[in-house]
Amino acid sequence: MIQYILRRCLYALPLLMGVNILTFVLFFIVNSPEDMARMQLGQKHVTTAAIQNWKQQHGYDLPLLWNDTQDSAKKLTETIFYQKSVGLFLLDFGVSDSGRDMSTDIKQRMWPSLALALPSLILGLTVNICVALMMVLFRNTYLELGSMVLCVMLMSISSLFYIIGGQFYIGKLLKLVPISGYASGVDAFKFMVLPVIIGVVSGIGSGARWYRTLFLEEAEKDYVRTARAKGLSETQVLFKHVLKNAMIPILTGVVVVLPLLFMGSLIMESFFSIPGLGSYTIDAINSQDFAIVRAMVFLGSLLYVVGLLLTDISYTLVDPRVRLV
Amino acid sequence: MVMLWTDALIYLLLLTLAALGFYLRGKEHIKRPLQKISSSKVGMVSLVVLLFFVLIGLLDSIHFIPSNSKNNEIISVLDYWATPLREHGEKTYSAPFATTLYSKEMQTLPDGTAQFGYPTLRFGGSHLTDPTTQLLPDLLKKTAYGLFQGASLSSFFMLLLFSLSTKQRERFKRSATAKTVWAVIFFIVSLSYTLVYLSAYYHVLGTDKVGEDVFYQAIKSIRTGLVLGTLTTLIMLPMAIIFGILAGFFRGWVDDVIQYLYTTLNSIPSVLLIAASILMVQVYMAKHEADYTSVIVRADMRLLFLCLILGVTSWTGLCRLLRAETLKLREMEYVQAAQALGVKQSMILLRHILPNVMHIVLISVVLDFSSLVLAEAVLSYINIGVDPTTYSWGNMINGARLEMARDPIVWWSLSAAFVFMFALVLAANLFADVVQDAFDPRRAGND
Repeated sequence: MIQYILRRCLYALPLLMGVNILTFVLFFIVNSPEDMARMQLGQKHVTTAAIQNWKQQHGYDLPLLWNDTQDSAKKLTETIFYQKSVGLFLLDFGVSDSGRDMSTDIKQRMWPSLALALPSLILGLTVNICVALMMVLFRNTYLELGSMVLCVMLMSISSLFYIIGGQFYIGKLLKLVPISGYASGVDAFKFMVLPVIIGVVSGIGSGARWYRTLFLEEAEKDYVRTARAKGLSETQVLFKHVLKNAMIPILTGVVVVLPLLFMGSLIMESFFSIPGLGSYTIDAINSQDFAIVRAMVFLGSLLYVVGLLLTDISYTLVDPRVRLV
Repeated sequence: MVMLWTDALIYLLLLTLAALGFYLRGKEHIKRPLQKISSSKVGMVSLVVLLFFVLIGLLDSIHFIPSNSKNNEIISVLDYWATPLREHGEKTYSAPFATTLYSKEMQTLPDGTAQFGYPTLRFGGSHLTDPTTQLLPDLLKKTAYGLFQGASLSSFFMLLLFSLSTKQRERFKRSATAKTVWAVIFFIVSLSYTLVYLSAYYHVLGTDKVGEDVFYQAIKSIRTGLVLGTLTTLIMLPMAIIFGILAGFFRGWVDDVIQYLYTTLNSIPSVLLIAASILMVQVYMAKHEADYTSVIVRADMRLLFLCLILGVTSWTGLCRLLRAETLKLREMEYVQAAQALGVKQSMILLRHILPNVMHIVLISVVLDFSSLVLAEAVLSYINIGVDPTTYSWGNMINGARLEMARDPIVWWSLSAAFVFMFALVLAANLFADVVQDAFDPRRAGND
């Protein structure tokens, strides 16, 4: 088991390296450090001295990939690529292009993101499973047909509609909760209610349909028929046998996204002005702050790789047939 | 005639579809699922709605420079037909079917006195002499007239078709699906004719901030949505199919390399990858401004890049499915028999593997379409979607969402975008369900 985990961690290294190279190429192939300096300092009236100064401060005054002026090993290490990559791998993100310390920013903004994403996930999961179970329990009735039609309709509505509509109706017309904003501690609750509800509602359509197929697939298996033949009622079969076995794919599907919860949701956070990592990324994209975007890409891939590892481990925990070698 | 890049790709897509249709014509194994689709009411109705959208999108994809144009502006056939809509611009917001602007302003009356009130629109309802009393009767009259014209137009063509073709007539009498389909076609044609008729006199869906007709914007956005949904697929399919089949068939180091590739791409949050690439495209375009002289060419390039990037980020899912399926198929008896008989590997891939994974490709294409249309709106909101000058539902929503805070609220832009998007996505989703039912071999035994 430990050996397996170690090997998976080693596998992750070339993966992260690939992500790093990809983003590096993407950012520097058309965009030289000079351009970045010009962009951050404002397009007009920039002296060459100011540009040099900015590049010096942000560590962009080195060659991109290969430094000819240095000695043997330093030819590789004294470059932008090496300097910036090492920082990422050590999770020391350095300063952003606008001059802020990214590590403190990320540490600070992680928690609001989590405060929004975790309740949304848990509540959404519960609601989706309940709706899907109901559809399976009442299968081949008008209730199922009706809820399937409703699910397709819910699925076809843009998520922006839920957000804008929810903010307008609940926040502005009914004035039940504040339209947007954030507070730390217990006060956060009233700001979180609306985004969580909207997040759950917008996910019901596709989520419930997906879980329904999982349940139906399980309900057609032989052991379920045996259980029915034993004389168990339909509810007993569903809750005792089908639900338990269908939870395996559901849970492992959830484990993949668990680490990514820290990254937050771009749209929700910027609509409800929650100071999480999602709105951090959006601000960076809008102000063309490449250092932050690069750091967030790296962080996202790292968390995804962790999620994959956790999935494999959780498989062994919930399904005794699976052995990791 | 001017050919934009996305136009060219759309024509290419149409050619491919036509060739595919010609090749599959009369093949037994494809007939059964097609029959299943054509006998499903929901499937056929949603197909009609989709085809209607496609027709508008295609009309919007034939571009030319009109001979009387002053500034060499590229327009499409749809633009040409909608010239009155394009030119009937007002000053700022006005509600649907309104005859006055949305906001009060100071205006000078003919007799020289200044008055603070709602100015009348330049075009919307300008044929009325006294809007306050005439508006409603005129509206009702025009709607009834438009409906009557549209209905008689569509019934005329339907009767013509039935009288010419006895086969169609028989089918109409026998099958309930045919009846529903014709009813839906009748409804759509009459309704759209009425809307077009009314839009010559009024702003059917109001006007936006700079006074542009919202109905025109919503119609123009159809092409953007369709282009994103289909061209992305066109770009991603070759990658997904080739990589997926090769990885599954050859295994070994080929499999390792391809798996590494798609895990790497998959591990990057797709929104961030799209954002990063779009930022780069913006920087590139800003540097090479001379290459993009016309606004429409520039916007078109950006749309194409967006399709490209979305394609690159979305092939991984399909690739993984195809790899798993190929792994299963290569152990099948008929493939092993072909190998034992000494058939070349390229031939095995082409004749035995590829046709047998096609149902997965088809299902994933129709399933992806609706999510791509929805994704466009979200991406435009973060400013990493289509060019701000392109007409798209995302841009409409983005431009109008701040106006919700006004009093009285400006709801028409937002609602128009949501309703059009909903209609397209709902039709696509329903059609995808039917296609999945028909082509999924696991469900084949159920009927």
